[in-house]
Amino acid sequence: MGIFQLLMEKPWLPVEGEGEEPAEQRASSMESPHVGLRVFLAVATVLFTLFLVVYVERMTFPDWRPLSEPWVLWLNTLVLIISSAGFHWASVNAERGDLEGIKTGLLTAGVASFAFLAGQLWAWQLLVDLGYYDMANPAVGFFYLLTGVHGVHLLGGLVAWFRTSAKVKAEADMAQLRMSVGLCAVYWHFLLVVWLVLFGLLLLT
Amino acid sequence: MADQETAAPGGHDHDHHPTGWRRWLFSTNHKDIGTMYIVLSMVGALVGGAMSFMIRLELMDPGIQFNLFGAGEEAAYFQFYNVLVTGHAFIMVFFVVMPAMMGGFGNWFVPLMIGAPDMAFPRMNNISFWLLASALVLLLVAAFTQGGPGTGWTVYPPLSSAEFHPGPAVDLGILSLHLAGASSVLGAINMITTIFNMRAPGMTIHRMPLFCWSILVTAFLLLMAMPVLAGGLTMLLTDRNFGTAFFEPSGGGDPVLWQHIFWFFGHPEVYIIILPGFGIVSQVVSTFSRKPIFGYLGMAYAMVFIGFVGFAVWAHHMYTTGLDADTRAYFVSASLVIAVPTGVKIFSWLATMWGGSISFRVPMMFACGFIFLFVMGGVTGVALANAGMDIAFHDTYFVVAHFHYVMAIAGVFAMFAGFYYWIGKMCGRQYPRVLARIHFWSFFIGVNVLFFPQHFSGMAGMPRRIPDYPDNYAGWNYVSSIGAFITTASTLLFFFIVWRTLSAGEKVPANPWGEGAKTLEWTVESPAPFHTFEELPDMTDKQAAE
Ligand code: HEM
Ligand SMILES: [Cu+2]
Repeated sequence: MGIFQLLMEKPWLPVEGEGEEPAEQRASSMESPHVGLRVFLAVATVLFTLFLVVYVERMTFPDWRPLSEPWVLWLNTLVLIISSAGFHWASVNAERGDLEGIKTGLLTAGVASFAFLAGQLWAWQLLVDLGYYDMANPAVGFFYLLTGVHGVHLLGGLVAWFRTSAKVKAEADMAQLRMSVGLCAVYWHFLLVVWLVLFGLLLLT
Repeated sequence: MADQETAAPGGHDHDHHPTGWRRWLFSTNHKDIGTMYIVLSMVGALVGGAMSFMIRLELMDPGIQFNLFGAGEEAAYFQFYNVLVTGHAFIMVFFVVMPAMMGGFGNWFVPLMIGAPDMAFPRMNNISFWLLASALVLLLVAAFTQGGPGTGWTVYPPLSSAEFHPGPAVDLGILSLHLAGASSVLGAINMITTIFNMRAPGMTIHRMPLFCWSILVTAFLLLMAMPVLAGGLTMLLTDRNFGTAFFEPSGGGDPVLWQHIFWFFGHPEVYIIILPGFGIVSQVVSTFSRKPIFGYLGMAYAMVFIGFVGFAVWAHHMYTTGLDADTRAYFVSASLVIAVPTGVKIFSWLATMWGGSISFRVPMMFACGFIFLFVMGGVTGVALANAGMDIAFHDTYFVVAHFHYVMAIAGVFAMFAGFYYWIGKMCGRQYPRVLARIHFWSFFIGVNVLFFPQHFSGMAGMPRRIPDYPDNYAGWNYVSSIGAFITTASTLLFFFIVWRTLSAGEKVPANPWGEGAKTLEWTVESPAPFHTFEELPDMTDKQAAE
């Protein structure tokens, strides 16, 4: 049951249709870890939204000096898409119960994620080479802040990736793997979307 | 999170739980963790309370009373005073009221009230607690590092910038708040998931006790507010350490931006403090009036409404920053609108008591004290919401009096109400009645003598956050400090009562309160056993429980 349905419930009215099963007990049909993750994503969304709002607001000041984004960001975007796809592949195979498929997916996702982080660091370096090391220029400050905070979230995700991989290695129970892989996949897709929004905004400015 | 064990119902032997220090360090049991939060809150209350007592000692008479740093070192002493004010506020907010309400009573009684065997993520629950404990340690370390953070709890730049607070104290303070925020967010995720997914059969959301509603709404407020604080603090941290200029005026930054961010967090924060109090007071008022709460649904949705509107009023803290007239008019109206659902709540409590067979047991006394204080603070709040008034009163003791009434002391009264209401369930022993009554009256008189005169010094123009003041503010400050003595004595009495209860309190039956106490926690024995509801209670045929 979705949250709105839940709030619209009217338990004080007489139940229609005698003998029907009592209404679904759980507020949501999702398992707890998935609910928990979704709630966490809401928190992260608020955080990134704050940065975006502040960024857009700051741009309207007359002293705004935009910067040109280093080209590697395009490459990094591609790499991040690959890692997200890797997780997708892993979770599809987890549904099927195919351990080999999970392994391939996880490996792709992990390698691509590390590559993405390395690429982001490289982008930082390029920025310095281009002469944008004046942090006091808000455009530069925001660039580091946005990419940095996004990177930290990915880094945190890699901890989960690592633990999931360890479980795969130990050939844990398939139901458990399905859960772990599924959670990682959702998280990575989320970070991909966040990145696309951030990157789009950086490009636009 | 990904590898949360799903406890098999029944099945293996649950009775041998870990003992000794392991039981606490690695605890995943919602009751043990709740107890740890309450203990943390008591430790915090001692520290934060001692700080406020020192503040009141300094302010008792005009002039500088306790310059620990010797003559000629006034600047260092003023900084120290500001560190006391800052530390007092952070500790009271993040390490006393929040942990007691959400972490303590929330952990203990949400699962019991909704008929769940434990929280949804027991291990994450443990992590939340230890994050908070580390945050407290870090904050205390910050206070003793190179002058300490003397920024006020609002941490406004440029005062909090590297220029005026060089050295690591403010950075440590920021990290401490980061940890405390992470702890709250994890706790909130846990509460929301528990309430959504673990209610017993038939415990629909509209039958949930109002305390659980209040915790649910508070958890959502935490989700929205904490990341905003974290984001702002991160920007402040980079301003201080990596040369960015988000708030730094010399680099083209905007200090007012910080105020927007801070108060977008800060106003909801006061509801985070007071909403669980609403919940507790609702349970208590219903129990001791022997009636279901009048207008249960209205009460629940009033909290939801307060939660929403609470995010739309932040700039009423910023009337003196030169908002343009339209913006100001908006924030005045929005702030006044909040009075409506708040009025609904007061009305419902009074209507519940009206015609009920009221017994004034100690929890009920504290609940009534809460209502009184909250109304007092609400009245001055409505006054301050008007920009014209606020421009005169901004940063005076009138504001200090207002927010202590409406959230700080009201929150503490709700905590005491909850404590006396539930202590029997938590430890199996009842509080000593006469002492508890003395505690109520001394505390009630103490805080009023303490904070009521601050309205007068505020109206006379006495600024907050100053250790010294001109002679014309002398009288009321003296009275106020007398109040602080009474309050402090009363608080010490409370700690004595805790000790007496635990060591010599009389044994409590499952339900010591009689027919008014209808929620599920009163169906299990006292003290509540280590594991409850391994067989879920079926609520399908029951009426809504208040
Ligand atoms: C019970 C005894 C308490 C006493 C005697 C007390 C006393 C004070 C005093 C005198 C100040 C103003 C200091 C100044 O501006 O120079 C103050 C500030 C403050 N107090 Fe309390 N207080 C108490 C409880 C609480 C509680 C329970 C809370 C929160 C839940 C709280 C939150 C605050 C906050 C947020 C400030 C503002 C700090 C700032 O200016 O940055 N207080 N308190
Ligand atoms: Cu406010």
